[in-house]
Amino acid sequence: MTNFISRSRSHRLSFRRLSSYSARFYSLSTSIVLATPLIAALAIGFLYPVLKLFALSFSGGTLAYYRRIVAEPLHLAVLTGTVQVALVVTVASLLLGFPVAYLMARLSKGPATVVAACVFIPLWTSVLIRSYAWVTLLQRNGIINELLIDTGVTDGPLKLIYTQSAVILAMTHVLMPFMILPIYSALRALPADYVRAARNLGAGSLRAFVAVTLPLSLPGVFAGSVMCFVLALGFYITPALVGGPGSMLMATLIGQQTTVLLDWPFAAALSTVLLAVTLLFVLLFRRTLSLSKGLNSVY
Amino acid sequence: MILDVFASPAIRSYSAAAGIIAGGAAIGGILFFLLLPTLIVIPMSLSETNYIEFPPRGLTLKWYSAYLSDPDWMAATWFSLRIALATTATATITGTMAALAIVRGCLPFRTALQALALGPLIVPHIVLGVALYLTFSPLQLTGSFLGFLVAHTVLAIPYVIITVTASLQRFDPTLELAALNCGANRLQAFFLVVLPNIAPGVAAAAVFAFLASFDEATVAFFISDVGGKSIGRKMFEDIDFNLTPVIAAVSTVLVATSLLLMGSVHLVNARKPRP
Repeated sequence: MTNFISRSRSHRLSFRRLSSYSARFYSLSTSIVLATPLIAALAIGFLYPVLKLFALSFSGGTLAYYRRIVAEPLHLAVLTGTVQVALVVTVASLLLGFPVAYLMARLSKGPATVVAACVFIPLWTSVLIRSYAWVTLLQRNGIINELLIDTGVTDGPLKLIYTQSAVILAMTHVLMPFMILPIYSALRALPADYVRAARNLGAGSLRAFVAVTLPLSLPGVFAGSVMCFVLALGFYITPALVGGPGSMLMATLIGQQTTVLLDWPFAAALSTVLLAVTLLFVLLFRRTLSLSKGLNSVY
Repeated sequence: MILDVFASPAIRSYSAAAGIIAGGAAIGGILFFLLLPTLIVIPMSLSETNYIEFPPRGLTLKWYSAYLSDPDWMAATWFSLRIALATTATATITGTMAALAIVRGCLPFRTALQALALGPLIVPHIVLGVALYLTFSPLQLTGSFLGFLVAHTVLAIPYVIITVTASLQRFDPTLELAALNCGANRLQAFFLVVLPNIAPGVAAAAVFAFLASFDEATVAFFISDVGGKSIGRKMFEDIDFNLTPVIAAVSTVLVATSLLLMGSVHLVNARKPRP
């Protein structure tokens, strides 16, 4: 069906016949003009720097810098350590976050909003500020040590900060909302009737949970876990502030190579490896990640 | 099945009571764990002493006045604020135009473009920070307004595109067709019909862009310089070398800003009926 819907008055040289179908879409030239700023910004600020980094890692035309990563035990330890920490943080976020997500999905409007606020407030706080808070909480004369001494649990201040455990604790705190929100989405999509049907058929509440709710929440669990893991791999601020030299992660190693040791090709090689691993996980799990990347659940 | 044992009435009532108490305490602990770091900066910024005490010894605003009277802190704050506002403008405009092209345009490479536009979300900030530092360094762009603008715009664009795309997809295209039918051209139809309808989405996108720039710490750390230091970099350095409650005062101001902005976005969007 073709109707002459519009004869654009300000474009006398080129009026176009628009059908009710083609009018839904902008013309190719308009689309290209609209997309140009984006392409320019991405080319200058994203593609060019990353490709330059990639090229730098091969400077001298050799794979020498990549070989250094696997050859030297220190660097290999950082790589495996990063994966280990990321796994621990993901599991911890899952164990602590699932009950919160379940509560958020099951409670009535008022209490659920309170719980949601407890999840959103840390999410909306800058990572830097949260890491700073952990530094002051865990330091020698920080609140936690004070509490332990005052209640008599320990005699002197414990070394809580600048350890691997501190990094894991702080990172779990920062990444928990990213685990909670996808699980909440999955649980929300679950009709309450399913559990009621299970109870109706004779299952106790625990069995109904294990047999019905838990398996159906797995897509959310999976999405949240992948998101947490991928984020944990590339984390810089929190390990840099809360961790010490004994708990170096990939990102802090890259930072150190760039700003302190000024070994830029090596830093580039490390960055490329980190980027490759991140991309690998994102591509492998892109369909599950689509559940959590939508910002609908973030605000 | 063994779990059916839990279904027997006597065990159910006891275990229910115990379960609720234990579960409530555990959940309360987890929620407290989530909130603690954000909330702790507030009493810390008001405490009389250099370190926080419980119960607090005295309340004072001296750390806030120290923050407002320190030239370094104020310079960093204004620098970050100017960059965030400029980033909001550029990212929102670029992102909205791109979202229009993706949703309502007829680009042959539309999917690839959308995937590429979400790239800065996927690439770890450390990689991007190092890459930008190595690119800006020979060009003397570290610590410059332009360098920061480019970097932060790239970081903010994905958020704008996701938000505005969602908004555009909820917008009924026949409204624009009706405007064209009444004689408007594309430009008029956009500003008079489309934009007012997607305004909440664009406003939310602008807030995300602002916070993506203002709260960002990793990339800002690497492209900061003596000539231009973002508030994130200054905080980072002070946490490492000069840990005083002034940082807590700065943090409280930043937290209040973020929460106010994100809270209003949340409220505005909660009032709209969502599909």
